[in-house]
Amino acid sequence: MSDLIGALHGIVGAERCLSRAEELFVYECDALTLDRATPAAVVFPHSAGEVQEIVRACRAHDSSFVPRGAGTGLSGGATALEGGVVIECSRMNRIREVDAPNRFAVVEPGVVNSDLSKAVARHGLFYAPDPSSQLACTIGGNVAENSGGPHTLKYGTTTNHVRALEVVLPDGELVRLGSATGVPAGYDLVGAFVGSEGTLGVVTAAWVNLEELPDGVETLLAIFPDVVSACRAVGGIIDAGLVPAALEIVDRRTIEAVEASVYAAGLPTDAGAVLIIELDGLRVSLPRQVERVREIAAGEAASGIEVARDDAERQRFWRARKGAFGAMGRLAPDLYVHDAVVPRTVLPEVLTAICEIADRHRIKLSNVFHAGDGNLHPNISFDRRDADERRRVEAAGAEILELCVKVGGVITGEHGIGTEKRDFMPLLFGPDDLDAMRRLRLAFDPEGVCNPGKVLPTPRFCAEANPHARGYDAVPIE
Amino acid sequence: MSAGVEDAGSRGAAPDEDAPEVWIRPGWEDVYRRSLDCVHCGLCLQSCPTYVETGREISSPRGRIYLMRGVAEGRAPLADTLVDEAFLCLGCRACETACPSGVRYGAMVEGARREIERAGMRAGLAHRLERFALRSVVPRRGRLRLTFDGLAVAQKLRLIELVAPLLPRRLREAAELLPPVPPRGERRRLPGRVPAEGPVRGRVGLLSGCVMQELFGRINAATVRVLARNGFEVIVPPAQGCCGALQAHAGEADLAADLARHNARVFADAGVDMILSNSAGCGAAMRDARDWISEEGALLAERTRDVCEWLDAEGLVAPLGAVPLRVCYDDPCHLVHGQRVEAAPRRLLARIPGLELVAHQDPGACCGAAGTYNLTHPSMSQAVLARKIAALSEADPDVVSTGNPGCLMQLRAGGSRAGLRAEVLHPVELLDRAHAAAPAPRPGNATYS
Ligand SMILES: Cc1cc2nc3c(=O)[nH]c(=O)nc-3n(C[C@H](O)[C@H](O)[C@H](O)COP(=O)(O)OP(=O)(O)OC[C@H]3O[C@@H](n4cnc5c(N)ncnc54)[C@H](O)[C@@H]3O)c2cc1C
Ligand code: SF4
Ligand code: SF4
Repeated sequence: MSDLIGALHGIVGAERCLSRAEELFVYECDALTLDRATPAAVVFPHSAGEVQEIVRACRAHDSSFVPRGAGTGLSGGATALEGGVVIECSRMNRIREVDAPNRFAVVEPGVVNSDLSKAVARHGLFYAPDPSSQLACTIGGNVAENSGGPHTLKYGTTTNHVRALEVVLPDGELVRLGSATGVPAGYDLVGAFVGSEGTLGVVTAAWVNLEELPDGVETLLAIFPDVVSACRAVGGIIDAGLVPAALEIVDRRTIEAVEASVYAAGLPTDAGAVLIIELDGLRVSLPRQVERVREIAAGEAASGIEVARDDAERQRFWRARKGAFGAMGRLAPDLYVHDAVVPRTVLPEVLTAICEIADRHRIKLSNVFHAGDGNLHPNISFDRRDADERRRVEAAGAEILELCVKVGGVITGEHGIGTEKRDFMPLLFGPDDLDAMRRLRLAFDPEGVCNPGKVLPTPRFCAEANPHARGYDAVPIE
Repeated sequence: MSAGVEDAGSRGAAPDEDAPEVWIRPGWEDVYRRSLDCVHCGLCLQSCPTYVETGREISSPRGRIYLMRGVAEGRAPLADTLVDEAFLCLGCRACETACPSGVRYGAMVEGARREIERAGMRAGLAHRLERFALRSVVPRRGRLRLTFDGLAVAQKLRLIELVAPLLPRRLREAAELLPPVPPRGERRRLPGRVPAEGPVRGRVGLLSGCVMQELFGRINAATVRVLARNGFEVIVPPAQGCCGALQAHAGEADLAADLARHNARVFADAGVDMILSNSAGCGAAMRDARDWISEEGALLAERTRDVCEWLDAEGLVAPLGAVPLRVCYDDPCHLVHGQRVEAAPRRLLARIPGLELVAHQDPGACCGAAGTYNLTHPSMSQAVLARKIAALSEADPDVVSTGNPGCLMQLRAGGSRAGLRAEVLHPVELLDRAHAAAPAPRPGNATYS
């Protein structure tokens, strides 16, 4: 047993520290299976105090560390690239406090996203950011990735919902950022921390907003001959001044996969695409909005439009939408979920171009995305065992990102940079921008021990300097 | 726009023709092929009792699948961790109904257990005892009956209480779990054929089960009565044997296949429209038999229904009297996840006048019984049971209803230990009571009792 493992045992006990090779094997990747690396150990702290001690032990033994939630991240954020210690927060899963009158809750990082909404429902409240992975992903992961979801269109991403954070900094100090009122005094350090992908420290508690459940909700399903006309309808709805809670497009290939799964909701498998439109607000305001949406959809060649009859049907629509990524497993053993944002107005052209790229590289593409935000998820189904296919997948992915940046977009909407897009940062940022970010990071983590190798391309990890630096190359696949 | 889907639907264990060549550990081919359906999305994590309890990826469906794939590919060693995890898994298959990708986890873990068993990687007295029981007692009616006779005597003479302090902890707990063995009369064999009452609506076979008949003979009798009252002639082939579920779960694949083959023949000879099971675990095994024995298995799969599913589909015709009780229906894993039967038992119970169905938290979560799991992994089993009992206590029903012998035992033992006042009954027992309470029984009909 190494000294480090011994030290970790001293803090959490042998029970809460995994170090056998086969146990570590399953921690070699998150939901992005392309990039892999085996950690030195996985520890399960129960308290902020234990996290502090773990971080200090890592420092004392020259080990890096990586915070982890449920490992549903799609950009390799929770992968221990340098073989450091994974600090698994799943056991810190208490809701410390619910302050219903002041509309906030204090939660530990391991609380599962949907459990929070479930727990506060009896106060007529909910937690708004709703990633499709919400049945599994944790608040800690959401904070780190600044996660969004279908309802981000109206309610914003995680950053709009975090008032304060308790974090263990990379030197082991426990600090509180922000205030429970949600109004920061001085620099907005919470703003800097949210979306930092586990590179600035470990979140041990979050003060998050709770929203009132809306008075009324209407969920519509509009059926289109193709994705492009669905995109036009999205533009029409927003131009009309409506503010739907969600506008989600699901294309044909995705519909077929979902309808073959346990999440089947009776979506029409012969449609080119469906657009899910959710309207919420005062009940009296909804009928007119529903009418307006109907008109706009019909004007864009929608062949039909259904309104969810009740809550059960609404849940079915959403379960189908949210099960979509997983259902793609029916097409091939692996899935590469892409994530990029483009200005909403160019969606039709961009989608056409993306399909052309996919065809040219002979890859299996499907699209299911947050259309209202212009947040695309071109999903590529592939087989990681096929080296040639993997190369084509990566080439197509790179081209898609370049295209998105060219039209004024960004390279991630909600899944983060992680290892996956680190080398694409120069597409978007010049050396000065990257240097400014690096300096922010160094202010928190001067020695580079906290989730190293993520987000920022470093000379060591730069694709040009070392094309073999990505994690998966460390593990022979063939 | 790209072309449509060429290969929608899970590939399951079907060989993938244009798959790249990779070395696969001999014997692990089926496990490996099934593992390819998993895209590592994690949507199954919170459905898994052992993940919820431990928070460990390695004790989650996704982690176990990843490890099984790794072992099959030779990237991970075939070592103790896999053995521990393959058996720490309850086999509840909640991960299957959560999985959008159609992963057939249950079949995969059974494959891994089979290979573990073949490699002789399990040791210890408990394992040898289990194997002896599964090979030489459970499948043999006579021996099983003698075992329960012995147990009945021991219980009557309070022998178990006397020797309990001397027993190893596990055996002591096992003994506590067992309900009093019913008198032999209740355990006596069902008649081979029971005529339908009134106009005949069909001819069904009943899988009478091994443990079911010995410990829950009353439920079997109630099942036959309810079916007959509703116009079904019931055939209970005396030659039928154990379904093979326990053996398959334990990795005894060859034995399970033999047992299934035998039953396929017996029921084919019986000439019934449908084979009915009142034990979720047995029903699921009959339906999964196609994984063990392809041809006869497919027939079994097609021809097996859960008794509640059947009655719900065919409709109850006998009059129902009032049973004024508050009832929590708790889904047996192998019914809701294994056979995807969820609404039927609830609809049936809702038809009983005066009966109020009461909701409780997570009715589809495992109770921790899982066959012999409560004996092999008592602490995890107790932790899982504790959640169930807490949910039921909150709802505070008069009756907890569930359709699987293991769950009936587990909920009875756990409930009484926790001071839960509810009676634990099979849904057909409630139907049987309702029929008995019906105002005017039609005269002249002989009923089996
Ligand atoms: C099927 C599927 C659907 C998805 N849908 C969406 C979606 O709609 N919207 C969306 O935004 N994302 C989505 N995602 C991506 C993913 O679920 C989110 O990024 C999520 O927030 C990750 O949470 P996690 O708990 O799994 O974190 P992990 O994957 O474990 O970690 C993610 C990152 O967070 C860091 N981290 C974790 N815990 C802490 C902590 N306590 N302190 C500091 N850093 C920490 C890790 O280091 C890592 O960098 C989806 C993923 C899947 C598989
Ligand atoms: S839900 Fe299915 S595809 Fe997703 S990780 Fe679990 S088993 Fe794999
Ligand atoms: S069968 Fe049950 S215990 Fe086993 S992995 Fe699936 S959900 Fe978990």
